[in-house]
Amino acid sequence: MADLNSEFLGVTSPNPFWLASAPPTDKAYNVNRAFEAGWGGVVWKTLGEDPPIVNVNGPRYSALHSNERRVIGFNNIELITDRPLKTNLDEIRQIKRDWPDRAVVASVMLPMNEESWSKYIPIIEDTGADAFELNFGCPHGMSERGMGAAVGQVPEYVQMATEWAKKAATIPVIVKLTPNVTNIVLTAKAAQDGGADAVSLINTINSIMRVDYDTLTMFPTTDGMGTHGGYCGEAVKPIALNMVAEIARNAETARLPISGIGGITDWRDAVDFLALGASNVQVCTAAMVYGFKIIDDLTDGLSNFLDDKGMASVSELVRKATPSVTDWQYLNLNHVSKAVIDQDLCIKCGRCHVVCEDTSHQAITNTVNGERRFEVIDDECVGCNLCVSVCPVDSCITMQPMTEGIDARTGKPITNEVANWTTHPNNPMRKS
Amino acid sequence: MSKANNNIRPGRLGPAEIEKNFSDLHPPLSRSEALIEADRCYFCYDAPCTTACPTGIDIPGFIQKIRSDNLRGSARTILQENIMGGMCARVCPTEILCEEACVRNTHEDKPVEIGLLQRYATDPVFSDNTQLFSRAASTGKKVAVIGGGPAGLSCAHRLAVLGHDVVVYNRDDKLGGLNEYGIAAYKTVDNFAQREVDYILSIGGIEVRTGVSLGSEFSLQELRDEYDAVFIGLGLAAVNELGLDNEDLEGVESAIDYIRDLRQSDDLGELPVGSRVVVIGGGMTAIDIAVQSKRLGAEQVTIAYRRGAGQMGASEFEQKLAQTSGVAIRHWVVPKSIAETDDGLQIELQGSQLGDDGRLQTTGESTTLLADVIFKAIGQKMGGHDLDGIEMERGRIVVDENRATSLEGVWAGGDCGVDGEDLTVSAVQDGKVAAIAIDRSLRNG
Ligand SMILES: Cc1cc2nc3c(=O)[nH]c(=O)nc-3n(C[C@H](O)[C@H](O)[C@H](O)COP(=O)(O)OP(=O)(O)OC[C@H]3O[C@@H](n4cnc5c(N)ncnc54)[C@H](O)[C@@H]3O)c2cc1C
Ligand SMILES: Cc1cc2nc3c(=O)[nH]c(=O)nc-3n(C[C@H](O)[C@H](O)[C@H](O)COP(=O)(O)O)c2cc1C
Ligand code: SF4
Ligand code: SF4
Ligand code: SF4
Repeated sequence: MADLNSEFLGVTSPNPFWLASAPPTDKAYNVNRAFEAGWGGVVWKTLGEDPPIVNVNGPRYSALHSNERRVIGFNNIELITDRPLKTNLDEIRQIKRDWPDRAVVASVMLPMNEESWSKYIPIIEDTGADAFELNFGCPHGMSERGMGAAVGQVPEYVQMATEWAKKAATIPVIVKLTPNVTNIVLTAKAAQDGGADAVSLINTINSIMRVDYDTLTMFPTTDGMGTHGGYCGEAVKPIALNMVAEIARNAETARLPISGIGGITDWRDAVDFLALGASNVQVCTAAMVYGFKIIDDLTDGLSNFLDDKGMASVSELVRKATPSVTDWQYLNLNHVSKAVIDQDLCIKCGRCHVVCEDTSHQAITNTVNGERRFEVIDDECVGCNLCVSVCPVDSCITMQPMTEGIDARTGKPITNEVANWTTHPNNPMRKS
Repeated sequence: MSKANNNIRPGRLGPAEIEKNFSDLHPPLSRSEALIEADRCYFCYDAPCTTACPTGIDIPGFIQKIRSDNLRGSARTILQENIMGGMCARVCPTEILCEEACVRNTHEDKPVEIGLLQRYATDPVFSDNTQLFSRAASTGKKVAVIGGGPAGLSCAHRLAVLGHDVVVYNRDDKLGGLNEYGIAAYKTVDNFAQREVDYILSIGGIEVRTGVSLGSEFSLQELRDEYDAVFIGLGLAAVNELGLDNEDLEGVESAIDYIRDLRQSDDLGELPVGSRVVVIGGGMTAIDIAVQSKRLGAEQVTIAYRRGAGQMGASEFEQKLAQTSGVAIRHWVVPKSIAETDDGLQIELQGSQLGDDGRLQTTGESTTLLADVIFKAIGQKMGGHDLDGIEMERGRIVVDENRATSLEGVWAGGDCGVDGEDLTVSAVQDGKVAAIAIDRSLRNG
C-alpha cells in the first residue's frame, strides 16, 4: 500500500487532501466532522480584522447544472469569516490540540498596511496553527475594499504584503493566488520575491451564473440586484491545471512548492494536479456538493493508483507530467495521428460523422456500400481528436500515431525526424 | 336455442380494483424523470429512431428541446410530423418502431424512452389547448374525407393547415376511429382520444358530419362530384369470421364489439364478464380483449393462436403484458368446433404445425376447453362498400406512394389501404402523405 502521508513545507498530514479555506472550514464544528471523516488538513476560513464582515442574507451560491442536476460549476458571493476573530482563534487552538496529526493552516486577509500584519500575524500564530495562507484571491466584495483579488492582481502588492507577513511570522507562509490575472507566473514570482514559502491556487474566477428567465435580471439576486461572484467546482479544473503547470515549468518559479486547488472532485483530479506540479491539494466545492465523505474515494483511489503505478508515496507522482508541458512552438509537426474507429464498439450514432462533416475535415463516412457505417477516411483526417471527444462510447475511437508509411492526407512519408515551428519553412521568424 | 349463463355477470371486481386495473399503463414522466431520460439521448446524426418512426418525427430534435425546457417547440417538432403524436406516444408499439432502432440498445440494451418523452412534450399542449399551427391563405378548394379515424383526421388537419376546407363524413357519433372505440382503455385514459380530436379540429376549416355512412347516406360518386378531392379513411368496419358452425351461439362474440362497449362504458363494473374466457387470435385485438377481460375480473383467460409466438401480430411487449396480467397463451392450436354444454360453451382446438410446404396444417391431436365467452379476434376487413369500381387487392384499396387510388381525385389510407400496417401511426402517416399529395394536385390542377 502506497504511503499517503504528506509533508508540505514541513507541515505533515496523514494524506495530501486539505479542505480549502471556505465554508467547510468555517468553524470547529465543521472541522471536527472533516477530521473524523479523514481529511488530512484544513485551511481555516479566512480570518480578518474585527469587527467581522457581514454577509448578505439571501442566496450566496448558485450552480451550473447538468440535466441530471449534477453540479458542474459553482458560484459564490460569500466574504471571509463573519465571526469575531477571538472566536476563530479559540477554536483553531482547540482543534490543533485535539488533532495534532492534522494540518491546520490559518488563512488571513488584512488591509494593505504593515501595522495590521505585524499586529495580527503573531496573535494568530499563537494558536498553534501550522502555517499561514494569505488570501489574495477573493474576487468579490473584499476586493472592493482593496483586499483579496485587488491585492492579488498587482504583483507589487503581492510582494509587499507577503514581505510583511513573512517579517511577522515564524511559521511557513503560503500565498494563495487569484486566477483573475493575465499571467499567473508574474504574481507567483512576486510572491516568491516577497519570501513566500509556497503558493496555492486557484482561488475563484469572476463569474455571473446566468439570467433569471422570468424577471430578466441576473441570477441569483439579493432583492433584485446581483453582483459577480467567484466560480469554482469541476468546470474550473482545466484553468487551474494550466496555471499550476505554468508556475511549475517556468524556470523562475519552478522551485516554488504548490498547493493545487480548483475543481478537485475525485482522486483522478488530484492526480492531475500532483503530476502537473502540486505537492498537495485542497478541495472546497466537491465537499460542499457531496459532503465530507468523498475523502474515502480521494484517498482510496489515489492509494490504489499509486500501487498500480508502483509508486511508494505521493512525492513520486509529484511533477511527473510537468516536463511534458511545453510551448506550442516546440510540438513535433512531423508527428501524424489518425482516428481509428473500433467497429465492434461503434453503436452507429453518427455523432463523429456529423461533427467532422460540419465542423472539421469531412473525414468520416456515414454510408459504406449502402450500409450505415462510420469509417475514418485517412486521406482527409487531420487527427484533430474532435470525433474522439464527442463519441459517446468510451474507447470506441482512438487516435493512433503513425509510425511508418505515408500520410494519405499529405502524401508525405512518416519520419522519425522531429521538426517544430521554430524551424518550419512557413515561419518567418524561424531560427535556421 | 341458448341457455342463460350464470357465469357471465357484471361486478366481478369492486370499483377500486377496476380503477387500478384500468389506470394509465405507462404513467407520465415527471419533469425530473423526463430531463434525466432526455439526457440519455445521443442526438444521433440521421437518427435511426427517426427512420424507424412511420411518421418520421425528428426524435433527437424534440428530445433536445425537452432538455432545454423548450416544451412548446418540442411539441411542435412532434405534431408537425404527426398530429396524433399524443395518442401515438401512448399506443405505438415503440419496441418494434423507434425504440427498437435506438442506438442505446447496442450500447446498453436499454433504449431511450422515446414514447414517454413524446408524451411528456405533448401533454401540456392538450391540457392547455395551445394552438401550434395556423392555416395558410384559403385556396377555395373543398375536400371530402370519409372516416374520422387517425387516417382521416390526419389528412383533414394537414389539408386545413394548407388552406383547404374539409368536410369529414363519419359513421360513428364520435370522431377518432379506433382511438375512441378500439384501443385498450388503459392506454388512453382520461378521455384523451376526444381531447385530441378537439385539438385537431381547433385549427378551423374542418366541418364534421357524424352518423353518416358511405353507402347509406351518401355515395363516393356524389362526393367526387361535389368536392375537389376525396380521401377515404374508412378503416376496417367488418370482422373476420371463424367459419365454424354455431358461431352465432350466445357467448360467441366479436372482440371488437365488446371492446367498443367497454370503451364507451361509463362504469366498467357494469359490463358482463365471463368467468372462463377463450380468445381466438394472435394480434393486438386478441391481446387487448384478453387483458381487459382479465382486468375486469375474468377468472381464466386463454388465448388460442394457430401459430407460434414469433408469428403473433402482437409485439413481444404485448405478449408479455398478457402473460403478466395472468392470461394463458396457447400456440399452435386451431379452433375446430364450438358446442353448447350444460357447463357453458365447449371449444375444440386442433393442434397445428407448419407443413413442408410452409403452410399451416393440423396435427390430428385435439383438446377441448370450456368457456363462458369465446371472443373472435382474428382480424377485420372492409365492409362491402360500393367504391365506384376502385381497384382493390386482398380486400383493401390499392394506393401508390402518394396514397392515390385508381380513381381520379380519390386518395385513401389507414387500415383500409392495401399497405396499411394496422397501426395508428401508419394511418396518421397515410393521411398526411395523402394531404400533401392532394394539396399538390389541387394547386397544379
Ligand atoms: C382492438 C384494437 C387495438 C388496437 N391497438 C392499437 C395499438 O395499441 N397501437 C396502434 O398503433 N394501433 C392499434 N390498433 C390499430 C389502430 O387502431 C388502427 O390501425 C387505426 O385506428 C387505423 O386508423 P383508420 O383511420 O385507418 O381507421 P379507424 O380508426 O378504424 O377509423 C375509421 C373511421 O371511419 C369511420 N367509418 C367506418 N365506416 C364508415 C362508413 N361506411 N362511412 C363513413 N365513415 C365510416 C369510422 O366511424 C371511424 O371513425 C388497434 C386496433 C384494434 C382493433
Ligand atoms: C462559498 C465559498 C467561499 C469561499 N471562501 C473563501 C475564503 O474565505 N478564503 C479563500 O481563500 N478562499 C475561499 N473560497 C475559495 C476556495 O477556497 C477555493 O479556492 C475555490 O473554491 C476553488 O476550489 P474548488 O473548485 O475545490 O471549490 C471560497 C469558495 C467558496 C465556494
Ligand atoms: S480526428 Fe478530426 S479530422 Fe480526423 S476523423 Fe476525427 S474529427 Fe475528423
Ligand atoms: S460517435 Fe462513436 S459510436 Fe457514434 S458512430 Fe461514431 S464511432 Fe460509432
Ligand atoms: S437513436 Fe436513441 S439516442 Fe439516437 S437520437 Fe434516437 S433516441 Fe436519441
